[in-house]
Amino acid sequence: MDLLLAIAIMALGAVVLGAALGYASVKFKVEGDPIVEKIDAILPQTQCGQCGYPGCKPYAEAIAKGEADINQCPPGGDEGVRKLADLLGKEYKPLSAEHGQEKPKAVAVIREELCIGCTLCIQACPVDAIVGAAKQMHTVVASLCTGCELCVKPCPVECIDMVPIPETLETWKWKYPVFEIKPAESRKVA
Amino acid sequence: MLQQLFRFQGGIEPAYHKQESVREPIAQAPLPPRLIIPLHQSIGGTPRPVVAVGDKVLKGQLIGAADGWISAAVHASTSGTVVEIGPRRIPHPSGLTTDCVVIEPDGEARWIERAPLDYRAMAPEEVRAYLQNAGIVGLGGAAFPSHAKLTTAKGVPMQELVINGAECEPWITCDDMLMRERAAEIVAGIGLFRDLLQPQRVLIGIEDNKPEAIAAMTAAVRAAGESFEVIAVPTRYPAGGAKQLIRVLTGKEIPAAKRSTDLGVQCFNVATAYSAWRAVAHGEPLISRIVTLTGNADRPRNWEVPIGMPIDALLPLAAPRPDTDGVIMGGPMMGFLIPALDVPVIKATNCLIAHSPSLFPPQPPEMPCIRCGECARACPHELQPMDMYWWSRAKNFGKAQEAHLFDCIECGCCAYVCPAHIPLVQYFRFAKSEIWAREKERKLAEGAKERFEFKQFREEREKAEKAEKLAKAAAAQAAKKAAEAAAASAAGSTAPPTDAAEAAKKAAIAAALERARAQRAAVQARNTEDLPPEKAREIAAIDARRQQAGLEPAAATPLGKEDA
Repeated sequence: MDLLLAIAIMALGAVVLGAALGYASVKFKVEGDPIVEKIDAILPQTQCGQCGYPGCKPYAEAIAKGEADINQCPPGGDEGVRKLADLLGKEYKPLSAEHGQEKPKAVAVIREELCIGCTLCIQACPVDAIVGAAKQMHTVVASLCTGCELCVKPCPVECIDMVPIPETLETWKWKYPVFEIKPAESRKVA
Repeated sequence: MLQQLFRFQGGIEPAYHKQESVREPIAQAPLPPRLIIPLHQSIGGTPRPVVAVGDKVLKGQLIGAADGWISAAVHASTSGTVVEIGPRRIPHPSGLTTDCVVIEPDGEARWIERAPLDYRAMAPEEVRAYLQNAGIVGLGGAAFPSHAKLTTAKGVPMQELVINGAECEPWITCDDMLMRERAAEIVAGIGLFRDLLQPQRVLIGIEDNKPEAIAAMTAAVRAAGESFEVIAVPTRYPAGGAKQLIRVLTGKEIPAAKRSTDLGVQCFNVATAYSAWRAVAHGEPLISRIVTLTGNADRPRNWEVPIGMPIDALLPLAAPRPDTDGVIMGGPMMGFLIPALDVPVIKATNCLIAHSPSLFPPQPPEMPCIRCGECARACPHELQPMDMYWWSRAKNFGKAQEAHLFDCIECGCCAYVCPAHIPLVQYFRFAKSEIWAREKERKLAEGAKERFEFKQFREEREKAEKAEKLAKAAAAQAAKKAAEAAAASAAGSTAPPTDAAEAAKKAAIAAALERARAQRAAVQARNTEDLPPEKAREIAAIDARRQQAGLEPAAATPLGKEDA
């Protein structure tokens, strides 16, 4: 009798806990892969494709799946690689040379007297930062340009330049305190 | 009047060096050969230039119109000619340039038309807009547009208006001298602020190391018949910090991420009240300010300086000693070494200190932090500077923010007391500007992501729409073909409708031919335009005969038309 009761109690417990777990798995189901969102948040969203994927999100997905390495994003730079390494518990590695080098931030500027209004750059811009119409001059909205350089190649008259953003009073930053170490004056030998 | 005073935690008592520059009254600085007036002088939007190179300007004429609500106008400090508008170095720790209007004074100092403003008859919004257009900004050093501070928080009655005459930083005496010499106008300006804000009490806080200023202000308040309370506060740096002075005078502590107006308090500098009054009572915009010239100099003194006066023209007035190797703008605690001497005096320039190695010995090298806690005892904001330093140094900005980095007012007390000579404020400034830059970048990245996703969505949608259109067109084509085939098979004799259609077509062609012929005839007739009258009459007669014979319609001949 005791034996049966014990089995019954255990069975009941299993049923109740199983039902609770089943309910929880439905109720708290995680939509999508949260790690992709976290990786995507670290990526610089230039959508430049230098990593070999058509945008930051696809690259984030590839990293999450383990298909891509963490050092393929030149705009994110060294710091981006470090952050990804921290997030994913991976070893830091320097930026891979085949995907490009870290450059100072720049914006595309169209030489307007040369523009023929072909709209090819408008189609190439991943973030809709170029305005213009067919046979009309185009221009880049500098504040929206991510500096991805995708518009430079399609231009048939090579009128798009990448211009580094100069430092202004608004973008100036206080520098990390550094101390100049001066060599001690060498004592004259008497 | 007995007033209970409160204390703020921490603070320091540095050597004040105030006596040097108060021996002589305020003097008017001479006009320099060139005035360099930066357009961006206050916090907020950069004013747009409204003059062009070559324009003649009058003293007090608007040269930069305010851009947005948090922005204040900029005016010509004297009459003269605009000789340049372009980037020039300004007194800023970066040494970077910004757009400046350079004026060559004509020496006549001809004013614009000035008229006093009857502000009591105006709506408060109009008075605020007037002060914005007069370029009134906070003259305590932060240069925040004053009109934007003259509004109360919604639902919070204004309890105390605090007027800041503490001037706690060493060396600076410009507010002290202003209160001694021009107390009546300061009090009138405080009256203006009082009328706009309607506080229950007005408290004027002055450090007790300025007895002359306290006496002058008390007398001026009494003479004006006002009920403002002039209160001597204990001398202790940084008692002149807005939050510290509010704490001392009212006992209220402003929490992080809240404004003082949320607690029913607002704070203005005495010099701001003075210049607001000059603007209202005399129609004079903010074109000059009192600047203390002191430090390593033989004739330290306070000068009334036109905004835009180059510092290399101003500094000789104080006769700096030969070993001067730089100039500090602001006080020794919160000021900075100006990058070059050709930069102008701006609205935020309260003091210029000639720097010399003997007066300000170079900082000894930084030693490791031993976590002694001296900085925490000195911090007037009750922060833990050693923790903020720890995280800022490690560039762990999230943790630095958790240590309340953004509550730091950069007063420099912690660095002053640090036995390891760590430049703590530099670390905090570095961390703050790094965090701001990242925040800005993050926002831009978010925007880029949104636009990228929308572009992808739009391309998908366009593709779908195109496919749909093509499918529709194909379906229509197929339906048409099917219908034609059906019609062809159904009716064997399709002749009558085609005949009718063809007849209509033929008629149209005939009509078109007729029109073309008529036009040709009209053109041909044009060579008869310049005929003598006899010939014309002759032709008309012939035409008439032809018409009678029914050969040609009359309307086709232009000559017939002319005759009619």
